[in-house]
Amino acid sequence: MTKDPQYTPAIRLALTPAITAVLRHAIALLTALVVLIPIAMTVVGGFKTTGDLYVAPLSLPAEWQFAHYTDILAGEAFWRLLRNSLVITLATAVCVVALASMPAFAFSRMQFRGREVLFNFFTLGLIFPASVAILPLYITIRQLGLVDSHLGVILPQVAFGLPGNILVLRSFFSAIPKEIEDAASIDGCSTLGFFWRILLPLVRPALAAVAVLTMVGSWNAFFLPLLVLNSEQLWPLPLGIMQFQGQFGTDWAKVLAFVSLALIPTIIFYLLAERQIISGLTSGAVKG
Amino acid sequence: MTKSLSKPLTLGVLLLPPAIVYAGLVIWPMIQAIIFSLYRWNGLGPLQQIVGLGNFSKIVGDEVFRGALSHNLIIIALSLGLQLPISLGLALLVNQKLAGRSVFRTIFFMPFVLSEVITGLIWSFIYLPDGGLINTLGGQLFGMSKVAWLGNISTVLLAIWVVLGWKYFGYHLVLYLTGLQNIPQELHEAALVDGATNGQVIRHITLPLLGPTVRLTIYLAVLGSLQVFDLVWVMTTGGPVNASDTMATYLYRFGFQRFQLGYGSAVALIMFILCFGFSLIYQRYVMRRDLAL
Repeated sequence: MTKDPQYTPAIRLALTPAITAVLRHAIALLTALVVLIPIAMTVVGGFKTTGDLYVAPLSLPAEWQFAHYTDILAGEAFWRLLRNSLVITLATAVCVVALASMPAFAFSRMQFRGREVLFNFFTLGLIFPASVAILPLYITIRQLGLVDSHLGVILPQVAFGLPGNILVLRSFFSAIPKEIEDAASIDGCSTLGFFWRILLPLVRPALAAVAVLTMVGSWNAFFLPLLVLNSEQLWPLPLGIMQFQGQFGTDWAKVLAFVSLALIPTIIFYLLAERQIISGLTSGAVKG
Repeated sequence: MTKSLSKPLTLGVLLLPPAIVYAGLVIWPMIQAIIFSLYRWNGLGPLQQIVGLGNFSKIVGDEVFRGALSHNLIIIALSLGLQLPISLGLALLVNQKLAGRSVFRTIFFMPFVLSEVITGLIWSFIYLPDGGLINTLGGQLFGMSKVAWLGNISTVLLAIWVVLGWKYFGYHLVLYLTGLQNIPQELHEAALVDGATNGQVIRHITLPLLGPTVRLTIYLAVLGSLQVFDLVWVMTTGGPVNASDTMATYLYRFGFQRFQLGYGSAVALIMFILCFGFSLIYQRYVMRRDLAL
């Protein structure tokens, strides 16, 4: 490890930090452009005519066309898709937070027989990814009579969200000091009272991380709604975008405008909730 | 008296609702899949035509399935060989002195939150043979001739992998950054004081200590690659001539488009066995030390 500094020529010593710093920034900038150009091109592309888009995909519009955006916003379909997406996403997130924190509490703060067995039973689901189970899952949904209903999308998303989130929440719940629980119990607080009135408010950041991450997954889901929802009236945004593309496939400027309208809320949500999304992901992965 | 009664009741309230949802929609379907996979069944009427392991031997003998499996393996190889090293390199970069570091992190992670449908459509336009971004710019700047990136058997898989890399490199990068932040800064400083170069510090201190994170990202990348569906379905539906088929698109075609639910269940089971087998072996032999932490 020890290296005589005199081995390194003086010039290299002086130049290296400056050069590597420039190089570092150049690489970072280039990567950022690779990420941003497709997104920016999509949003700006929606303001072009398709002819203009084909000839000059990266420049600003020769003439700003607002019609693609205003047509979509004036129509009924986009708002219906947005509403359906919101209903599915919010319901899924609320149910995941509720149903995952309950067993997480039992597993982290209560002693009972069979605790480890039950915990292993719940986390077994981590190795059944939804995409692998999708066909049998569809058959089960059909048996339950939930095909073509929002519940048929929400419930499976909740079920598959449970294992990972129980794991994450359990580790957050365990971190709450035992003294707080003892104090609450001396003050006459029941177990459920402690869970509801003291523990849950204390771990609000963890609950937010779980909720936000679940929302991202549910908002973007394509496979499950594609199978379960037949009626257009019930479709969330991803299905609607695919249909729109099928309809106007050759009119790419129009398609990009529609994609942008679905993309912008996602990015705004991301910028607002980046911290929760990342902490949820890394705590799940690193602790799991 | 009330206390001894209330504990089982409390547990029932806490555990029963999630257990019902979870058992009914995660465990039960998987048990059913095992049963269905032994039958020839179109999803209607009772299960009658038992074929035993016939579905499995038919799947394994099907060239299209073997092709799909090989595409999953190619995606795994590309992800481990290129995507993860690039993510790691960028993470090391972002972790150093960099103006606007948090802005870069925000940008790099952004594609991860976009839906696969949105990502797939944006890139379908980029790859468009006539008027798409790559061919137009390639032609205007370098005089490149037009390539049907998604319509050509030899380019389609690589083209899709590029999109997967674009979407997911930020996720691995963020995991690496978390791992890097867990390495005590003093170790770096001590080595630098001892005269180690930056490269030596990375090779002998950072990377070994990042081991658990690297092993974790490999695990996630392999499992993710085995299950690729949405992006492929949006961009090519497995075509042209099955050249971008994955196991999941194969499953979808047989299970839902041709309604061969027995056959499809068998495909699902094979996928499950591959994922489960990999998880088991990898966790047992590679991640064991990390999980013990």
